[in-house]
Amino acid sequence: MSEPAVGASKSLPLILARELASNLATPMFLLDAAGTLVYFNEAAARLLGKDFTDLGEIPSGEFGAALELALPDGKPLPLRESPAGIAFFERRPAHKTLMATSYDGVRRQFEATAHPLFGAEGEMHGVFALFWQDSPGEFTS
Amino acid sequence: MQARVWGCRGSVAAPGADTVKYGGNTSCVEVRLASGHSLILDAGTGIRPLGVVMNKDLPTEVHILLTHLHLDHLQGLGFFRPLFVPGLDIHIWGPTSPVQHLSERIAMYLSPPLFPLRLEDVPSHLIFHDASEEPLTIGSATIRAAKVTHQGPTVGYRIEEDGRSLVYIPDHEPALGTDLSSVPESWMSGHVIAYGADVLLHDAQYRDDEYDTHIGWGHSGVDATIQFAQKADVGNLILFHHDPYHTDPELEVLLHQARARWLGMENRINLAFEGMTITLDGTSPVHVEAAV
Repeated sequence: MSEPAVGASKSLPLILARELASNLATPMFLLDAAGTLVYFNEAAARLLGKDFTDLGEIPSGEFGAALELALPDGKPLPLRESPAGIAFFERRPAHKTLMATSYDGVRRQFEATAHPLFGAEGEMHGVFALFWQDSPGEFTS
Repeated sequence: MQARVWGCRGSVAAPGADTVKYGGNTSCVEVRLASGHSLILDAGTGIRPLGVVMNKDLPTEVHILLTHLHLDHLQGLGFFRPLFVPGLDIHIWGPTSPVQHLSERIAMYLSPPLFPLRLEDVPSHLIFHDASEEPLTIGSATIRAAKVTHQGPTVGYRIEEDGRSLVYIPDHEPALGTDLSSVPESWMSGHVIAYGADVLLHDAQYRDDEYDTHIGWGHSGVDATIQFAQKADVGNLILFHHDPYHTDPELEVLLHQARARWLGMENRINLAFEGMTITLDGTSPVHVEAAV
């Protein structure tokens, strides 16, 4: 007996997280269990300077490099040490103040909180990350 | 395989003159496999009459596949006669929970004061399993579960045998928080098991004007059901989990609305009814019995 021919789908926890994100005015990103950025909402698109429909899914690594992540003092921040990186690699929540350069060339400072998503059997489905821009302070790179 | 609907009412049993044609028993579908195995999808009140028939010619083992533990999918279990056959192997499959084992959750209902007996006192041999998202073989069928959007842990099932597939998602709200017309298929709850099914039995509890006041209750309006089935490219759609307040004539209005939304598929969209049979084998066209 062959395996059922089924459609390719995201897991339900990711689907529900995406639905939550798409209904929030708070910027939110979603990584899947492979670390691929699989979704960000319209509020996050304002931070990034590009819509998700323009960027599509971004493999792990490419995304962080594009953003030139740094701490507020300007020290570069490796992706693994970002809140999303910690949530993904160390499977624990993390929070930091970050600076990043958006696709529109604007450098912004914001708060980032990331949390791993575990399913009912303890399996990891990915990571969600929420962002908060305390002040509208923007720095042209 | 051949499926037979023993109950297709949603939420609560609804017997009476207004529901004679489509039936008042809650969710239960029997699937007989070519290998002789019997699968029972959900244990709503429809499992009681099924148990009466099954008890006359007992299989060597019974598999009950629960989509979730809301009472309309579980209430008949305590009245399923094979449960009281000493030593009979009854495998019960259900969604996982991070908090309690399946048997503990079922025992919350099958124990005093809600039920006169305790689950551990029934004489049959109960074996509990987490519904697997990995393909599972029972007899001649391959079965796969997938978590779907509803209230609480809930799965749907896909059963494949001899190149044919039947998918059962009786309680499902894929439109919750999203626009099904634009969401990519890979982001649709349930698509992973429904895709390309020969027959899909799917939640269609509400007319669209009713859904607007029931968003988040875990069920679908007919428009969402049609959009889901279209995106899943199913061969036949059976509207299931009828609202307990819908009379037979009202269900037929809902069917008319559904068929009007999917032109060209009119003859392959039907209402589930008690006694309905669905025949799928690898050599003949799929046969879905329509209500008369």
